[in-house]
Amino acid sequence: MAKAFKFELVSPERLLVSEEVESVVIPGAEGEMTVMAEHAPVMTTIKPGVVTVKPASGNTQRFVVFGGFADILPSGCTLLAESAVAVEDIDRAEIARRIQEAREDIADAKDDASRTKAEQFLHQLTTLEGAILPA
Amino acid sequence: MPSLKDLRNRIASVKATQKITKAMQMVAAAKLRRAQEAAEAARPYSERMGAVLANITQAVGGGGDAPALMTGTGKDDVHLLVVCTAERGLCGGFNSQIARLARDHIRKLLSAGKQVKIICVGKKGYDILRRDYASLILDRVDLREVRTLSFVNADAIAKKVIGLFNDGQFDVCTLFYSNFKSVISQIPTAQQIIPAAAVEASGEAANGAAVYEYEPEPGEILSDLIPRNIAVQIFRALLENAAGEMGAKMSAMDSATRNAGDMINRLSITYNRQRQAQITKELIEIISGAEAL
Repeated sequence: MAKAFKFELVSPERLLVSEEVESVVIPGAEGEMTVMAEHAPVMTTIKPGVVTVKPASGNTQRFVVFGGFADILPSGCTLLAESAVAVEDIDRAEIARRIQEAREDIADAKDDASRTKAEQFLHQLTTLEGAILPA
Repeated sequence: MPSLKDLRNRIASVKATQKITKAMQMVAAAKLRRAQEAAEAARPYSERMGAVLANITQAVGGGGDAPALMTGTGKDDVHLLVVCTAERGLCGGFNSQIARLARDHIRKLLSAGKQVKIICVGKKGYDILRRDYASLILDRVDLREVRTLSFVNADAIAKKVIGLFNDGQFDVCTLFYSNFKSVISQIPTAQQIIPAAAVEASGEAANGAAVYEYEPEPGEILSDLIPRNIAVQIFRALLENAAGEMGAKMSAMDSATRNAGDMINRLSITYNRQRQAQITKELIEIISGAEAL
């Protein structure tokens, strides 16, 4: 039994999770990372992906997030998500819409830098779609 | 002197108006509760955002790699005002208070020789400012179709503002909205969002200032964080506004309902007096007719 720590998942609209958890898997900008208690302080941006929360008691919860930040301290972890939805509630049309928008962004991109960025974003979205659609 | 029939009609119409204002008051009360809940639910995010921002600014230390959105352009010539008001009227002085604050601000800036640009969020502010400063209004954002405010709405406004900033269209951006203090008191507020006013390091942030590892580089995170913070600020302003509008509407409709009640009382007294007078007059006519015989 791993030590528990405080995890909070907040989106601008509301506080989704605030409880003691054993571990959290975060889709960091530079790779997925699992956060457990006594983690070294890290601040990272997150890419669109799935956050897996394993509470100290109860069942594992999974949330889809679209970008945001994670603030990790030894005593706890705060995830500021641009938007977050539980995997069970995710609307496929919503992802499809975001992918469509990302495609348009690529088409509209004026210079190479912003095009690369948009393409990266699209790639992350399609990976995400692949990850949760079969579920 | 209005006839009895006129008075009766008048009373009926005031009663109908009272029913409407009463209904509007109750609708506003219900919406107020929801708006207040939404504002409260959004609070943790902006608080955490503030703490994270304080931490990271400490780390970057306002060095050369701080993004322009934070440090500003170094000039102070062109001001962009984002004026957030309600989409609908009938809420007392709510909209005009915000507009007045914005107008005072504009006048001050103009007399100081600055250039002013305006973005209006909400129809009412646009209608008011259009009268005097139509040429300064760049754009207006219409949220009439929006049922429940979501972050996407605020994000769209923020993107617009940041886009303008990156094109060098303005140097300083100020947000005007109404701070929801209580149902009866909303305080029009001006808040500078670009360049970001120095974030006060709160106690929590200070002890959290352990040596962080950053992934990617702090500067990179910061340049991602600042635009998002602007969106969060705008979102908060919109939510405060929504709650304030409903609060103002509720008290406006409450006093309208009371006024209608007073008016009905006054009209009823006049009506009864006149009816009595007419009865008396008829009696006199009958009696004097009988005496004459």
